[in-house]
Amino acid sequence: MMILGIESAGTVASVALLLDGSILAEYSLNTKYTHSQTLLPMIDEIMERSQMRNRMNELDAIAYAAGPGSFTGLRIGGACAKGLGFALKKPLVAVPTLPAMAMRCWGAQGVVAPLMDARRGQVYTGIYEFDRASKSPEPAALSEREAIAVDELCAKLNELGRPVTFLGDGCDVSRQTIEMQLQVPYVFAPAHMNRQSASCVAMLGAIYFEKGMAESAAEAGLDYLRPSQAERVKAEKTGQSTGYDNKKNDAV
Amino acid sequence: MSDKDVTILAIESSCDETAAAVVRNGREALSGVISTQIALHKEYGGVVPEIASRKHIEKITPVVEEAVRMSGVALNDMDAIAVTCGPGLVGPLLVGVSFAKSIAFALNKPLIGVHHIEGHIAANFVAHPQLEPPFACLVVSGGHTHLVVVKDYGEYEIIGRTRDDAAGEAYDKVARAIGLGYPGGPKIDRLCREQGDPLSIPFPQSKVTGTEYDFSFSGLKSAVLNYINQMEMKGEAIDTANLAASFQHAVVMSLVNKTMHAVEEYGFTRLALAGGVASNSYLRAKMKEACEERGVQLFYPEPLLCTDNAVMIGSAAYYEYMKGVRHGYDLNAYPGLVLGEKV
Repeated sequence: MMILGIESAGTVASVALLLDGSILAEYSLNTKYTHSQTLLPMIDEIMERSQMRNRMNELDAIAYAAGPGSFTGLRIGGACAKGLGFALKKPLVAVPTLPAMAMRCWGAQGVVAPLMDARRGQVYTGIYEFDRASKSPEPAALSEREAIAVDELCAKLNELGRPVTFLGDGCDVSRQTIEMQLQVPYVFAPAHMNRQSASCVAMLGAIYFEKGMAESAAEAGLDYLRPSQAERVKAEKTGQSTGYDNKKNDAV
Repeated sequence: MSDKDVTILAIESSCDETAAAVVRNGREALSGVISTQIALHKEYGGVVPEIASRKHIEKITPVVEEAVRMSGVALNDMDAIAVTCGPGLVGPLLVGVSFAKSIAFALNKPLIGVHHIEGHIAANFVAHPQLEPPFACLVVSGGHTHLVVVKDYGEYEIIGRTRDDAAGEAYDKVARAIGLGYPGGPKIDRLCREQGDPLSIPFPQSKVTGTEYDFSFSGLKSAVLNYINQMEMKGEAIDTANLAASFQHAVVMSLVNKTMHAVEEYGFTRLALAGGVASNSYLRAKMKEACEERGVQLFYPEPLLCTDNAVMIGSAAYYEYMKGVRHGYDLNAYPGLVLGEKV
């Protein structure tokens, strides 16, 4: 099975090629360059270097980080995946950003909480654990993925009472609150495993693909978790719901 | 289809229309699909970039799929993939650019980034197969007001531009003030075709010091808003049709007079209109009168080619393609791209 993974939900641009259970190539950049200028050249590079440029029609699916994350980042990755799926006539697999991030810390003791800076005093987060006995790479979600304040997350983790591994670009903005409020043992993942990676997206994409969760390029969507600012302001004025509740269950 | 034919798949997503088209040899539209978001933005009184971006990514695949299917040309038989890369709203632009780049990469096709305004000008090449440069072109839309000399294919000199609001923007703002809603241009045009005396309220035409061919519409907009305020303070009823017609007269005559001044100074014999406002019936009529008086040939595309569309992008891309212009996979969206500037 061959899966191309694309991750551009945060500041990291990452692409990876999974071939029959091994990561054939991976390329990640954590620079200030826009994903629009880096992502496709990176895909080009890994395809060329792995000598798969002329074998792209053998891809089984294109897996992409479908959110939450930076709205623009998600759309660059999503539109890139859709274009590839449309042109190559290959299905897409929408992979939620947070469980894919959690996979970076597979095997960690206790639970893993990926943190993405969601601005407005919140982080996009979820709480995940791994079943080391079954050796499955897939994380199990212990909470809904959501946009919440860090102290709210700390309260949940205190209640859970298990050690925590944090990772993601939300660590920096959350560190102070965590240090003050978290009563369970915790660590921040070191640099080599604390950012998004497309190999996790490809791995989780492969699992979802085998579960039959592939979609056409036209159907595949993004999960912003939040309405646009304009919709939010309007909903506040009219008292109507925006249709977004900032939460999504990862149980599949 | 002969071997020398060049068939281009073009994509446009710079504002609130998701569009795709297949164009042959820059002049013939084999297909054209437009998915408009007007209804979505109406309740906000204008285009909301984030809402537009979300809609674009939903629509881009079905719209492109439909354009390819309608054209009868297989995706693999396209000679190039073209996409609007600026100017426009960055979020919407990025959707089209990212999608188009992926197609070009997946199928190993040349990629051509197109300037949105070049597209509007090129709409005239599709509408008028005999039209060739050089000619003068007035580009008027919700975001742009440019008086351009089209020296050759892809070669432009901007001789006049708006100092503040675009003409279409002034229409939108005035339409909102008199309760006509968004988009203002077509609504004011429709209202004034049947009623309203264009000479009933003498609004000022733009006067811009410094350059001869520049436009300004913010003063006119303020004059209209002041007029509405004064009438309300006096407790007098406003004749909406008269106000709309008088406003439209001021905008259009300012466009016509500046353009005719340039036509006379430069000695142009051919003038083209382009952009959304080019489908305005009052502008067309007044410009036609002025051109006939001076023996100038006037060209404008049908309304469907005036509004944002991808046929025009496929036409402009053809002339770039023939010149050997190719873009890399690092092509970005350039929201403030200036006409004539190369990316």
